[in-house]
This record gives sequence, C-alpha cells and structure tokens, in this order.
Amino acid sequence: MNEPPRRVRVTGPRTAAVRRQPGRQTLRALDEQDVVGELLIRSLMRAQLTLALRVALVFGVFLGGFPLLCALIPATTRVDVAGLPLPWLVLGVLVYPSLLAGGWFYVRGAERNERDFVDLVDRR
Amino acid sequence: MPYAVVAVILVTLGTVGIGIYGLRLARTTSDFLVASRSVSPVWNASAISGEYLSAASFLGVAGLVLAYGADMLWYPVGFVAGYLVLLLMVAAPLRRSGAYTVPDFAEIRLGSPGVRRLASVLVVAIGWLYLVPQLQGAGLTLRTVTGAPAWAGAVLVAVVVTVNVAGGGMRSATFVQAFQYWLKLTAITVPAIFLVLAWQADGRPDPAAATPPVFRAATTVHLDAGVRVDVAEPVQVQVRGRGPLLLTTGRHDLAAGTTLVFPAGSAVPHLHGLTATNGTTWARPLSGAGGLEHPLYATYALALATFLGTMGLPHVLIRFYTNPDGRSARRTTLAVLALLGAFYLLPALYGALGRLYTPQLLLTGRTDAVVLALPGTLIGGVGGHLLEALLVAGAFAAFLSTSSGLLVSTAGVLVQDVLRGSVRDFRRAAVVAGAVPLGVALLATGRPVGQVVGLAFAVAASSFCPLLVLGIWWRGLTPPGAAAGLMAGGGLSAAAVLLTLTGTVRHGWPAALLAQPAAWTVPVAFAVMVGVSLATRRRIPLDVGRTMLALHAPEELGLTTRR
Repeated sequence: MNEPPRRVRVTGPRTAAVRRQPGRQTLRALDEQDVVGELLIRSLMRAQLTLALRVALVFGVFLGGFPLLCALIPATTRVDVAGLPLPWLVLGVLVYPSLLAGGWFYVRGAERNERDFVDLVDRR
Repeated sequence: MPYAVVAVILVTLGTVGIGIYGLRLARTTSDFLVASRSVSPVWNASAISGEYLSAASFLGVAGLVLAYGADMLWYPVGFVAGYLVLLLMVAAPLRRSGAYTVPDFAEIRLGSPGVRRLASVLVVAIGWLYLVPQLQGAGLTLRTVTGAPAWAGAVLVAVVVTVNVAGGGMRSATFVQAFQYWLKLTAITVPAIFLVLAWQADGRPDPAAATPPVFRAATTVHLDAGVRVDVAEPVQVQVRGRGPLLLTTGRHDLAAGTTLVFPAGSAVPHLHGLTATNGTTWARPLSGAGGLEHPLYATYALALATFLGTMGLPHVLIRFYTNPDGRSARRTTLAVLALLGAFYLLPALYGALGRLYTPQLLLTGRTDAVVLALPGTLIGGVGGHLLEALLVAGAFAAFLSTSSGLLVSTAGVLVQDVLRGSVRDFRRAAVVAGAVPLGVALLATGRPVGQVVGLAFAVAASSFCPLLVLGIWWRGLTPPGAAAGLMAGGGLSAAAVLLTLTGTVRHGWPAALLAQPAAWTVPVAFAVMVGVSLATRRRIPLDVGRTMLALHAPEELGLTTRR
C-alpha cells in the first residue's frame, strides 16, 4: 500500500520538435549567457548582418547609383529600350522583380545561417 | 455616376460586414492567437499589402507622375524597397521580440518607460500625418465622381472607420485586409487593360512627345473652387453664360463656379506653381519637370525616406505579430515584395495616360483625381462608368483599409501610453484618434496625397528606423541615447513637415531641404543616438545579452519562449 506507483516511461510522437534535441551543453551555454554562448550568438548576428548589408550594398550601388548616372551622363535618360525610355523601364518595371530576387536571395541565406547555427548547437 | 455610388456603398458594407463576420469566426475559434498563427505567409502578406496600399498608392502616385514626371517613379519604388530594407534589417528579430508596436519594442529592448512614452507620441504623430491625406483623398474621390462637397467623403470614411474600429470589427480582420488587397489589384488592373486598348485604338499618341500638354478634344472644365493659372499661349475659350473670352499670356484668376470650354488642340493653362513642361522633359528624370527644384537632392532624400521609413510605420509593424515565428515573418515579407511589385507596375501608366487625356487636372490642380477621371474621358459610355465605379471601389478600399490600420495602432498607443488617466477605454481613444485627423483634413488645404504620405515616411525614417536598426544590431544602445535620437530626428523632421505644409518657405534650397528632410534628419538621428549612447555607456541595459538572444536565436532552440 505504501509502495510508490510504478514509474512509467512517457513518450511523445516523433515530431520534428522532439527529434531535434539540441545538445544540452551548448544550449545551456546560450541560455546562461556564458562566454561560449555569448560568442555563439555574436557569430550568428555577425553572419546575418553581413548578409543583410551585402544585399543592401548591391541595391545601394545599382538603385542608388541610377540617379547619379542620369545626372552625370544625361544621354542615358534619352535612350529608348523596347519603346520605353530607359528610366521608365528601370524604375517602372525592372526594379520590382529585382527587389523580389534580392529578397529571395536574402531569405535563403538567412535561413541557411540559422540552420547552420542550430546544427552547431545540436552537434555538441 | 450611380454606379460609383453603388461601388462606394458595396465596399463600405463589405468591409464592415466581413469585419463583423470575421470577428464572429474568431470568437468561435477557441483561441484567436492560435487561429492567426495558422495564417499562411501568402495570406498574411495579402493582408499586409491590403493595409499598406493607401490613397497615396492608389491615387497619389499617378497624380504625381502626371504633374512632375519621371522623378515621381521613385515613390512606388521606395514604397516597395522599404519592405526589402525591413526584411533585411528588422523582420525576423522584430517578430521574435514579441513587440506589437514600436513603443513595445522600446520597452522590451531598453526597459525604459520614458523612451516608450516618447515612441508613443511619435506613433500618434506619424499615424495622424498619414491619416489626413487618406481622408482628403476620400473627399476628393467622392467629389470627383458624384459632385458631393469635399467634406462628405472625408467624414464618411472617418465615421465608418472609427465606428468600425471602436466596435472592434476591424481588429481581428486579417481576412478583410487580404480581401482589400485583391480588390485593389483588380480595380487598378482591369481598367488599365481597357485604357491601354483605347489608347491603341486612338493611334498610340506619345505622352513623351515634344509638346506641352494640350486638350486633344474640346474640353469643358468646371471650377468648383477658384484657381490662379498661368497661361503660356493665348487661348480663345467659351465661358458658359458669358460668351467667348481670350485668355492672354500671363496670370489669370478664375472664380469658383466658372465653366470654361477649351477648343481642341489648345495648350493647357497650368495651376500657378505648376510649371508647364513639354513631354520630352517630363519623361526624363532630374529634369525639374512641373517646376520641381533641386531634383537630384529631392530624389535621394525621397529614396532615403521611403527605404528607411517603411519599417517605422505604425500600421506596418502591428501586422508582423500575426506571423508565428521569425522565419515566417521573413517569408511573409518576401511575399509582400511580390504583391506590392505587381500593384506598382500600373499607377505610373495612369499618370502617363493622364497627360494625354485628362490634362485639365493640371489646370484645376486636382491631379490626384487622374486615376478616376481617365475611364470617363478615354472610354466613356456605360463601360467608362463601370470602370470608373471599379476604380472608385478600389480607392475606397484603400482609404478604409489604411485608415483602419492606422486608427487601430494609433488608438491602441493612445489608450496605453499617451492619454493614460484621461482616456481609459479603447473606444474613446479610437474616437479621439479619428476625430483629430478629420478636423485637420477639413481645415487644411489639400496637398498632393503622395507628397504628404512621403512626409510621414520621412518622420518614421528619422525616428523609428534608427531605434529599430540600432536596437536590433547594436548592444551599445542606451535609453538616453535612444531618447535623444528620437527627439532630434523626430523633432527636426516634424518641424520640417510643419514648415512645408504651412507653406512658410517656398523657394530655393531651404524649401527643398524642408520638403524632403530625410537626407539630413536621418543621419542626424543616427549620429545623436550613437553619440549619446556612447557617452552614457553605463546605462546599457543589464539584460541586453538575453534580449539579443531572444531577437536572433531561431525559435526551434526553445530559448525565445522566455519573453
């Protein structure tokens, strides 16, 4: 009667959340903000910021350089391409798919950085 | 005309109706948050785009292109590129912070009630600055299609949105906003197809031809307000009820209530202040078309304001909360880039066609009406009226969705932070949040919708952009630094906006610097925020490491649930 109830092993379904059991040690390092954890999160932030700034730089040069190009070489504003003046083609049409492509490139890279980070934490 | 009225009624009832129905649905679902988290990125992106495409996008861009030409293409480019910057710099970390508004973010990141309060005041200021042109756009639209007085449309939208928000009908309605996006896309695309076909049937006249705008056919212009115009070439007009009149070269004041008939082929007198420009110049960037001064500076300042301002708009941020995690916040933003890009292909087309077929708007100054005016002139008949009604429906969807998004976020901040004590419940805050911009919209003279919205972007870029970007990526940000930066950037840009809107400075470099302040107020805001933070290093929040972890670590590690 005083016997404690038998221990039962509790298991859950094998969902992704269960399978991804991060390595305890690294996770604790992150959680407790020790030197290793601090370095880890800093490296992730640096990777993400570098990627973001790289994409921003590409658009800064091409999109930001366009008015300057028009100002320095006015002839570019008089060129017609496919029946449209070049500035209208660039600013009215081409810029939109380019922004989408830039965004897609960034999202792919950012998700890869995060996957690498999770793998790094998992492995240890 | 009756079609347009029917369109206004249908869109209004539809918005209110779906709002109520959506709320019921959310109540029967056990937990609304759970429901919102099952929203897919595309659905969520439709809702964000639906709320974002305002009067400035639907009417304003085309009007600006009509008046000022190629440089105005930067408005829509900036409206979309702003989302790319948002994606790169803030989307995922901001979602992970769990912040619902910028003041929330300030509190989470800096733990400072003072910075929170300051951010709240700025949210309300930006919200109101953005609401005024929406309401004025509604007044203009209703007047253009029904002849109703200008206050009618503004009051209609303000009342519908305030009642709806105060009644709680809009708060949960991702569904309404998503529907509004697809309505707006349809409403701008379908008429565009018919307009282009009509233009082709007309022999494809070139809007960039080397002539200033002319009336292609005999055109009757009715003035319901007095205007001062500059006449470049003498023109013989018929004044209804008075007989013929020769408008000589120079300045003329035309009284309200006058109806003029211009013969075909005559040059269009321009509203004083809007320089008549030939098509070649108009089609070229940096040409100063329409009398724009210092176009290169204005272009860069506008680009900076829109690129960096989008992330700080109150109604943009609030929507990111419905994403389940940082990763889907990114994917949602990517879908937003696609949806907005599709929409913005078209407004410039309306502006270009407007130069050919509705140049009288350059005389009346109501260039924002170009989108609505084109079907009647270019197509006419029942078809023209039906297309006009579709455009009116899209325009009202724009006023209603953006206004309600702004009102929800403004009222939320008012009730939480600004009017604590004096206003306790959300309903009364919503009435205050709606009444103030309505008053301003009725009293202030209308400026181009797109321009005023551009100013709201400039204030957001000069205040919230540095706060968000530095808060997310720099551990060194301190509460005094953030407060000083918000005051410097927000204060300077707000002062520039006031001086511009009141028309205190009109010419030369001072006017250009004030009309597009972002180019100097953004650097000032960043510099002050960084400088003061470095000087107050001891005030760096103690939990900054934990906050950074919550902002940047993927959710699947299970660390971020602590916030």
